[in-house]
Amino acid sequence: MMELDEIDKRLLRTLVRDATQSAGALGRRLGLSQPATWRRIKRLEEAGVIRGRQLRLDAEKLGFGVTVFLGVKLALRGRVSLEDFERAVSAIPEVQTVEHVLGLYDYRLRVVARDLPDFERVLRRRIMTLPGAGEVEANVLLSEERLVGPL
Amino acid sequence: MLDNDDRRLLRYWQAEPSLSQGELAERAGMTTGRAARRIARMQELGVLKGIGAVIDWAALGYAVEVSLRITLDKTQGNAFDAFMAEARKVPEVIELQTFLGRVDIRLSIIARDMAHYQQIYRSQILTLPHISEIEALMHVARIKQAEGLPL
Repeated sequence: MMELDEIDKRLLRTLVRDATQSAGALGRRLGLSQPATWRRIKRLEEAGVIRGRQLRLDAEKLGFGVTVFLGVKLALRGRVSLEDFERAVSAIPEVQTVEHVLGLYDYRLRVVARDLPDFERVLRRRIMTLPGAGEVEANVLLSEERLVGPL
Repeated sequence: MLDNDDRRLLRYWQAEPSLSQGELAERAGMTTGRAARRIARMQELGVLKGIGAVIDWAALGYAVEVSLRITLDKTQGNAFDAFMAEARKVPEVIELQTFLGRVDIRLSIIARDMAHYQQIYRSQILTLPHISEIEALMHVARIKQAEGLPL
């Protein structure tokens, strides 16, 4: 596990907002030289603290007006293979994230669709037909905030 | 608004967000100038909002992630706003979503271990205003996490 100092934390906060800045530009903001900044970023990447980068797209402007979170319970009748379910659900393009959880549901899925009829199509044709899928609960996303976390 | 070339750029970039604009142009079979102009236009339109680093909290010692599904007491007129304003102040809350459905709000919370989680839950979550019900889903594994759009 990696311990962060104050400069690492500021660097991370900046990179979460914008990961496209050069080490030189970042260094100027943080009062570090370009090589020192580059070394810190490298260290954060090697320690796995920076898992990668992600494009932030406006789903609505790209025609995806609906995001739905689904709680899926596996049907315990018969022998359900978690691997089969996970492989099949991950292959659905509209399914953005799949999380295995403990509690009321077994899996939590984030699904995008063009509109509600399109979502219904995805749900009926692709989700409900998954091997082992049982009870499904849907909640339509209204708003979302990502917070920076304990940095 | 967007044509197939724009979507192709986003598709490639979404799959590999660490590509430079030059590398991206090459993958998509465009000149760097043409790709750069399209990217700039998509930024202006707000379709492409940015590229951010993704933090792996487990690498920083946060081994526990819990989804709290919260129902609010809606007889209180300002329940949503009051709850959200206080929830944003809890550093361990990394996501805040509102829904239309059985659940009103979902918080993603990270903690170092179960004891730490218990402490956050008791002293910072249960004290949030206007909660009528809470359900917890304990996070086990991320199966799919790219969060890409099916462009």
